[in-house]
Amino acid sequence: MLTILILLPLVGAVVTAFVPGAIARLVGLGFAAATLLAGVLTATRYDVGGGMQLTETHVWIESLGVHYALGVDGLGLLMVLLTVVLVPIVMLAGWKESDEPGNSGAKAFFAWTLALEAMSLAVFTATDVLLFYVVFEATLIPAYFLIGGFGRAGRGRAATKFLIYQLAGGLIMLASVIGLYVVSANAGNPSFLISDLAAIDIDPITQRWLFAGFFIAFAIKAPMFPVHTWLADTTEKATTGTSVLLVCILDKIGTFGMLRFCLGLLPDASQWATPVVVVLALISIIYGALVAIGQDDVLRLIGLTSLSHFGFIVLGIFVFSSTGSAGAILYMVNHGIATALMFLVAGFLIRRTGTASIREMGGVEKAAPVLAGFFLVGGLAAAGLPGLSPFVSEMMVIIAAFDHHWLVGSVAVLAIVLAAFYALWMYQRTMTGPGREGAVVVPDLDRREVGILAPLLLALVLFGFYPMPLLDVINPFVQDSLASVGIGQEGGPQ
Amino acid sequence: MTEFVKPSIQYFELWPLLAVFGVACLGVVIEAFAPRAVRYTAQVTVALLGLVGALVGVVLVARDVQSYDDGAARGVLAVGGTIAVDGPSLFIWGLVLSLAIAGVLLFAERHLDGGVSAFAGQAATVPGTDAETAAIAANREHTEVYPLMMFAVFGMMLFPAANDLLTMFVGLEVLSLPLYLLSGLARRRRLLSQEAALKYFLLGAFSSGFFLYGAALLYGYAGSMDFAAINEAVRNDVGSSSLLLIGTGLLSVGLLFKVGAVPFQAWTPDVYQGAPTPVVAFMSAGTKVAAFGALMRLFYVALGADRWSWQPMLWIIAILSMFVGAALAITQSDIKRLLAYSSVAHTGFILTGVLGVQASDQLAVGEITSLQAVLFYLVTYGFATLGAFAVVSLVRDSGGETTAIDRWAGLGKESPVVAAVFAFFLLAMAGIPLTSGFVGKLAVFSAALAAGAWPVVVAAVVASIVAAFLYVRVIKVMYFDEPVGAGPSVAYPSVLTATTIAVGAALTLVLGVIPGPVLDLAGVAGEFIR
Repeated sequence: MLTILILLPLVGAVVTAFVPGAIARLVGLGFAAATLLAGVLTATRYDVGGGMQLTETHVWIESLGVHYALGVDGLGLLMVLLTVVLVPIVMLAGWKESDEPGNSGAKAFFAWTLALEAMSLAVFTATDVLLFYVVFEATLIPAYFLIGGFGRAGRGRAATKFLIYQLAGGLIMLASVIGLYVVSANAGNPSFLISDLAAIDIDPITQRWLFAGFFIAFAIKAPMFPVHTWLADTTEKATTGTSVLLVCILDKIGTFGMLRFCLGLLPDASQWATPVVVVLALISIIYGALVAIGQDDVLRLIGLTSLSHFGFIVLGIFVFSSTGSAGAILYMVNHGIATALMFLVAGFLIRRTGTASIREMGGVEKAAPVLAGFFLVGGLAAAGLPGLSPFVSEMMVIIAAFDHHWLVGSVAVLAIVLAAFYALWMYQRTMTGPGREGAVVVPDLDRREVGILAPLLLALVLFGFYPMPLLDVINPFVQDSLASVGIGQEGGPQ
Repeated sequence: MTEFVKPSIQYFELWPLLAVFGVACLGVVIEAFAPRAVRYTAQVTVALLGLVGALVGVVLVARDVQSYDDGAARGVLAVGGTIAVDGPSLFIWGLVLSLAIAGVLLFAERHLDGGVSAFAGQAATVPGTDAETAAIAANREHTEVYPLMMFAVFGMMLFPAANDLLTMFVGLEVLSLPLYLLSGLARRRRLLSQEAALKYFLLGAFSSGFFLYGAALLYGYAGSMDFAAINEAVRNDVGSSSLLLIGTGLLSVGLLFKVGAVPFQAWTPDVYQGAPTPVVAFMSAGTKVAAFGALMRLFYVALGADRWSWQPMLWIIAILSMFVGAALAITQSDIKRLLAYSSVAHTGFILTGVLGVQASDQLAVGEITSLQAVLFYLVTYGFATLGAFAVVSLVRDSGGETTAIDRWAGLGKESPVVAAVFAFFLLAMAGIPLTSGFVGKLAVFSAALAAGAWPVVVAAVVASIVAAFLYVRVIKVMYFDEPVGAGPSVAYPSVLTATTIAVGAALTLVLGVIPGPVLDLAGVAGEFIR
């Protein structure tokens, strides 16, 4: 089942690359839709009881103890669903854009997007450390060509910066991955299977070194302060569709990896590192919100808010409570939906006004009320307004933060104020007031664009009022995960 | 005075060596007696047949190779113990022969340059003279290159199989001398090519001198040239240890020069830039394979017991090679020089694997051995680099090959397939997963880390990041930069070069996705016989 889920978009990518350009878009979308269907089918076969399900294991490289091993648990399932839902939306949003002059063409866009989807799905379902590493790095190639091939001037440089940062992180992680292999070889059974590795008792010093390698890689991916600088450049230069793929799907691999590898395999070192990680997370939260306020480029602004949001997710993971972990995972899903909405609306807005500079916009509200409405909802979701889904997760993380230490909680709360500030101020400067002199009248969203955004909006509202379906999937995973760290239940979500 | 005993010759096991040597001699005869019109066809056919025959021989020998002295190693000592036909030798022979077959295809390419090969019409003519013009007008080309190459292949096979210092020296020279000549035979930019050949020859001759002096000192120490005898002497700690140390150092200079390790790398960029591209493709892959085979045999078999004195030296040289290679590659503006420095960096990575040697009883069951890791890395690197240089020979402008990196801007649009293949080779060299280069790196790093060489592995990781930047930079130029002037053009190759590139790319992909069989083969090769 999972193999089919990964193969569908992979085959789709190859087929899309070789069919005539005229039908490439339809073929690409068709494969994305089929993958969506496969993802939903996977979800229906998943039993909410928790644990690794739908597993399959085959020997891949025998002499290195590498397996082709897949499986989903609650965390993996949610990430898979997020991926299969967002990809068709991104394709629809990039329907015309990718064919504009200077871009590499719709065919390339659809093929690379499908390739990226396949790799991401493999990352979220891999249960072998080396398989995870391989697909983790392989995501970079489609991502690189998506950033470099489509978007605004200067994107080639942004793509290179992105790739170098990510590769650096990946290679540091490789050292830890090999370290795990050596540890398992010394224990008498060279293997990369997570289940085998989790059974080994690794001595504390080694754990710390291995943890450092994994954590640095995931912090770059997530992104966290101080290794976030690739994020703003990339989101500014790439198309908004690419940004959705990057920020809403790929970056989740960072926090996903922290949960699965740092906590799952190296629990003692994770607890040892908590003080440093919490401080870095807090800096990310506050710093991301502060620099977002000062931005003039609307895409850069949205990119930087993600820095703040990822700070929340990491904070939730590393306060070691069931509320915090569940909140963090819920946040990963919500952030994906809310930020995708923001990026796509901003993309539609920029195509209309012809500029990404906030200073040159204004008065959009009157001409295009629907667009302004979506924009407002997206902004408020980012700011954590009650009734929209990010609110629930943000509250959970903040409650857990207060439980951890009152000071941590207080600092995190500050971010809500800052978020309200950047969200509302951005709205005020772009949407309200008189229009820019001599600017073309901005047409409102057409039906295709509303159709793209509506499912995201629905999800935001639905999960804002009724997050239980998600929490039902998350909670068993959180219990398993915290049990492995050696922490029992305390104050789980009611 | 002892009685002279005529050594018995194991003709079956030595068949691959003899076949290549025979073909080389036959090539000389053809060159001397065959009419010019048929020489090209005859030379190419004979060379290819010989190489394929030798390769079949390798497979046959490998099939029924017996275990030696009831140990883990398998093979025989041939010709009175001077040549070791064991697992690693056979593996390297197979690899060198495969690379050589691809090399002959590149040598034989005549489609790119208007019906003539990449070699000078008449090497003896002075560039710019009437004689040269006449040679070009007559569409002459050098067909001595095939026998020369066959002699080099013979040397590449003898070098890693040599089981005493003297045979190793002979192998070294037989491998080197034809390459010096081949470097100077470029059809275009002949002065650059001749300068490269001269530089290669002078520095190579120096390094051979070092090697010979080191051999003499080791003979003084152990009283024998034979590796097994040297090993015994080291174990029993006879003689003066300073003789041993200095001898080891001098021998290392000779070998490290051949693999292009820092600080003996100075020749690489100039030679790679000046020599004809097909020669560079063959030489860079083949020499490295052969020299690393010899290096490992010398260090593991003869000096294995003295590991604690040479390992620190290799630590430093590995780290230096990785950093100097990667850092200087970034500053290059010529693609062949860039690949040359990249090969220096790769030497460092392979050395990381070499120094991962440890006693076999310290290895867990199923853990990868250092030799296995290095052999696998050589396969991945050999085919990626051969393919990359083959692609370089396709990108042209009015003056022939264009190797300036800025002139490659826009190649992604001009010829998507060629750019994609080249990008793929570069990704393999950078060690991105799903390419062979990744598995190679994984293997050598694992071996080194298991042996406790973690500082080298950390340095290797940092160097990989630096190196990744330079490969990505070339990909960016090809895909995202605006072309300069008319932009690059791609010459359509004949089936010969196309085959080489396709095989290289296919192997790079296959070894990245299913490396199991080749890794196992390298594992089955077992140990060196001593």
